[in-house]
Amino acid sequence: MRMSKIVRTMSSILILLVFTFGLYVIMHGHMTPGGGFPGGAIMASGIALLVAAFGSSAIQKTLKERYLAILKSSGLLIFIGLAFAGIGTTFFYNVLVGSPIFGHIPLSGSNPGDVWTGGSSTLMNIAVGIIVSAGLSAIVLVMALASGGMEVEE
Amino acid sequence: MNQSIPFNVPFLAVAALIGIALYIIIFKRNLIKVVMGIGILASGVNLFLITLGYREGGIIPIYTHAPAGEMVLPVPQALTLTSIVIGVSVMALMLSMIVHTYRHTGTLDSEESRQMKG
Amino acid sequence: MRNTAAAISLGVFIAFLVAAAFLIHPFGYPPSEMDDYIIEYSQIESGANSAVDAVVFDYRGYDTLGEATILFTAVTGVVMLFRRKSAGIIR
Repeated sequence: MRMSKIVRTMSSILILLVFTFGLYVIMHGHMTPGGGFPGGAIMASGIALLVAAFGSSAIQKTLKERYLAILKSSGLLIFIGLAFAGIGTTFFYNVLVGSPIFGHIPLSGSNPGDVWTGGSSTLMNIAVGIIVSAGLSAIVLVMALASGGMEVEE
Repeated sequence: MNQSIPFNVPFLAVAALIGIALYIIIFKRNLIKVVMGIGILASGVNLFLITLGYREGGIIPIYTHAPAGEMVLPVPQALTLTSIVIGVSVMALMLSMIVHTYRHTGTLDSEESRQMKG
Repeated sequence: MRNTAAAISLGVFIAFLVAAAFLIHPFGYPPSEMDDYIIEYSQIESGANSAVDAVVFDYRGYDTLGEATILFTAVTGVVMLFRRKSAGIIR
């Protein structure tokens, strides 16, 4: 049983909007509510939309589980590497405050936001976004393959 | 002090949620219903963590274009963020174990699918 | 017999929960001083515009590391439980 032509066309267009919104929530984690965890969940729900529209067998030919496992492990390695970067003072020390990379200090009190602030917590947001989006996409894809498999292309 | 919500209504809601979840976990035999009860228990605990840190007439703890006023406590919100992600991953693992059990024993009842009988 | 004992202990536990909901501090006036320090100094020490983000990744980063490990372990367990024998996994 295939989905109709309207569903397949519109979901191919909507996936770009969903990915852009997920990347916006991840990157502005130090200025607005959100951060790494909700942004990664939004990007995984975009993959779930693709699986529902095209069938899990068609998606599995392009997006194998091996690539998602490599993405997930490298995201966790980047997170641990950033935690060890400030080991001179203590574990998880924020070394990038005051340096040229993401190092401005915002004005006190209520202010319009500045993207270049945050220190190493902004880079940690990106690493956690990679981990959560790859992990939840792997769960959705594996469970759809195991309980379906009857959505054969005719 | 005049409170706008009388006699601690959110804490009574937490007690009701945890009570209903414990009743479902103890007295129901279908495995899917037990997993639903564990999900309701997780939601009750997350609600308790957030309502611990509310200040009367407060604003959210973010400095971008913030209006004037006192801020609510930011530490319980950070702990709730961790707890939600842990609840999601544990429920995914439980549901995949239920699919595995159904393939091996053919039933979803917790009393009939016991394989270690005395 | 077992159902009666379970029902009585569940009733006692729910009675304790309702009594605790009435004896806790009044809703809206938490007795805490640690968060006053975090609200006042988080912009200078961690340089982020959001206090929740500073608490999750800077003041309490060790808990975030434990949570990432739990997510990684759960995803590995789910992918391992659904392997197919005919896909050539065993080399």
